[in-house]
Amino acid sequence: MSKIIIEVKDLTKEFHVGDVTVRALKGVNLSITEGEFIAIMGASGSGKSTMLNILGCLETPNSGSYILDGVDMSELNKDALAALRNQKLGFVFQSYNLLPRTSAIENVELPLFYNNKVDAKERRERAEKALVRVGLKDRMGHMPNQLSGGQQQRVAIARSLVNDPVVILADEATGNLDTRTSYEIMALFQELNSNGKTIVFVTHEMDIARFTSRNIVFRDGQILRTEDVKERFNAVEMLKNLPVADAVETSKS
Amino acid sequence: MPLKCLKICLWRMLLKLLKVKEMNISNLLKLAIYALKRNRMRALLTMLGIIIGVASVIAMLAIGEGSKKSIKDQISSMGTNLVSVSPTSQHRGGVELGNAAAVSLTIKDMDAIRAECPSVSDLSPEVRANGQAVFSNKNWPTSLFGSNTDYLRIKLIEVSEGRSFTEQEVKGAAKVCLIGETVLENLFGKGTNPIGLSIRYKKVPFTIIGLLKSKGTNTYGQDQDDLLLAPYTTVQKRVLASTFFNSIQSSAIDEFSTKKAAAEMEQALRKSHKLKEGSENDFRIRTQEDLVTTSSSVSNVLTILLGAIAGISLLVGGIGIMNIMYVSVTERTREIGLRMAVGGRGKDILMQFLIESILLSIIGGVIGIFVGIGASQLIGLLMKWPVVVLPASVILSFLVCTVIGVFFGWYPARKAAGLNPIDALHYE
Ligand SMILES: Nc1ncnc2c1ncn2[C@@H]1O[C@H](COP(=O)(O)OP(=O)(O)O)[C@@H](O)[C@H]1O
Ligand SMILES: [Mg+2]
Repeated sequence: MSKIIIEVKDLTKEFHVGDVTVRALKGVNLSITEGEFIAIMGASGSGKSTMLNILGCLETPNSGSYILDGVDMSELNKDALAALRNQKLGFVFQSYNLLPRTSAIENVELPLFYNNKVDAKERRERAEKALVRVGLKDRMGHMPNQLSGGQQQRVAIARSLVNDPVVILADEATGNLDTRTSYEIMALFQELNSNGKTIVFVTHEMDIARFTSRNIVFRDGQILRTEDVKERFNAVEMLKNLPVADAVETSKS
Repeated sequence: MPLKCLKICLWRMLLKLLKVKEMNISNLLKLAIYALKRNRMRALLTMLGIIIGVASVIAMLAIGEGSKKSIKDQISSMGTNLVSVSPTSQHRGGVELGNAAAVSLTIKDMDAIRAECPSVSDLSPEVRANGQAVFSNKNWPTSLFGSNTDYLRIKLIEVSEGRSFTEQEVKGAAKVCLIGETVLENLFGKGTNPIGLSIRYKKVPFTIIGLLKSKGTNTYGQDQDDLLLAPYTTVQKRVLASTFFNSIQSSAIDEFSTKKAAAEMEQALRKSHKLKEGSENDFRIRTQEDLVTTSSSVSNVLTILLGAIAGISLLVGGIGIMNIMYVSVTERTREIGLRMAVGGRGKDILMQFLIESILLSIIGGVIGIFVGIGASQLIGLLMKWPVVVLPASVILSFLVCTVIGVFFGWYPARKAAGLNPIDALHYE
């Protein structure tokens, strides 16, 4: 039996906009075991991002319980949540969210600056290792505006890896990328997952979800169904089969 | 070593103040420096606001204070503990005779003062004639002053060449004179040695026995070197044919006794003029302090005016700092969101912004101090205007700008750091 990393019970979240109350999550139950590669699916507005943000401790639920790696979130204050994000979680955003005019390596180092146990030397070494791992060995000193979208997302993934989190959370991480680059990113995630990383990946694209091991489909703030992926795509294989024209066209990005 | 201790102490205090614990300050310092480097232009503009504010306050006040000091210096260069008596215009039968026709001061008054005023040390009459000094075919309009041998000491005039006249020459109304630099220049040419030469003033021939050391122009723009000086007896008998003095000049025994000397002289003169109880003085006594206070009240107004201008520039600089800091925090809300998402706590963010604004304010303030002092010196040099940099103005302007800079760096950051990470991250 693998260890349960994420355990969510009866989770609800409401937003108040003026007089209107939006019930973004209406009682969600979910558990994720170590080493899983989850895709959270669903139409736009179904509550996927809200779910992920709560899992990532960026937002607090209105009710329900959330236990991450044995720690009950509801008992933690803001600072403790920040420390948790710093040490147990890694984030990848749709819009990369890199610091502008800051080199790739310095962007990757950022989370470690908020960790007192890591000194300058270790910080640099770990950031370098993370960048090597995402295939950007030669781009460490490059600024975000000198990198393609796919490369910027790789930097963001390296940043999410650098603190060796128990789970990586990605929200539409391929949403801004073309097909080939998306598959390349998925290949990277698959490789990380095969090395044991737990990944929760929000997407509304069916084909992207086929790269993961389990799909959780949301509708109207609730889980519609959960299904294991039968014929899982292998991103490395898929890349080989992509049409050549597409490859030429997208090789720039 | 003590400096390092002080630094650590200050940090501890700051941390306690903000209730920040277990935070790696050197990391935050690095983050702050990276952030400043990344936004060089913004950092420069903020610093510029501080630099201009600090520098203008220092320079303006330095100019104001300089003018005050120069007036004081010039007044004290007018004489040593000076107390001077001049006749006032008198009403006789409704006819105002005017100052020139004043006839109230004579040798009798001199003797009275000498006899009855223990606080007076040096004492000299001053008579004055106006006319042309003539040497061969050149002439020059100038004043001929007459005095006794105390006069040079009272008025702080020095003889740069030759000698002054003697008691004997005063007694004998000798036709000798000392000559000022301006007169020398116009009659003989600069650098000529005039000793022993003879000039004529109102047809009276004078032998030049000495050259007066230059005193330059005074605060009121008068050339203090445009004069001839001779024994008062000579001027009275041979030039003016009069027995009256234009004024009596004296020195009090020390700088604290001028008031006392003035009071004693008033007594003595009222007695010698036989003025009845209750009647007005027919003379006026002024001490050097009287001159200092009137003049420095004028330059006080100047200093206040300059101070006001400086204050306004400080305010404008402050508003500039405020704006840039505020806009930058708004601009950087997404960055703040990201920092929180990867584990930065609210207080880490706040601390980083605080360090940024402290660095900017202090660096800007220090540069401002140097620019301010430099600009003051430059203005002094170019405009030949004395400048006195007031330590108080340096401290005050530096503190004000630093406080503004730090406050407006901290305040908007505090708001941003209180946001939910996801709200900050999605900030538009
Ligand atoms: N900060 C917010 N304020 C108000 N409503 C919000 C906020 N965030 C999300 N919502 C609402 O919650 C619902 C779920 O949103 P979201 O989780 O972003 O959906 P998804 O990511 O699946 O597209 C939507 O109706 C959205 O409008
Ligand atoms: Mg979404």
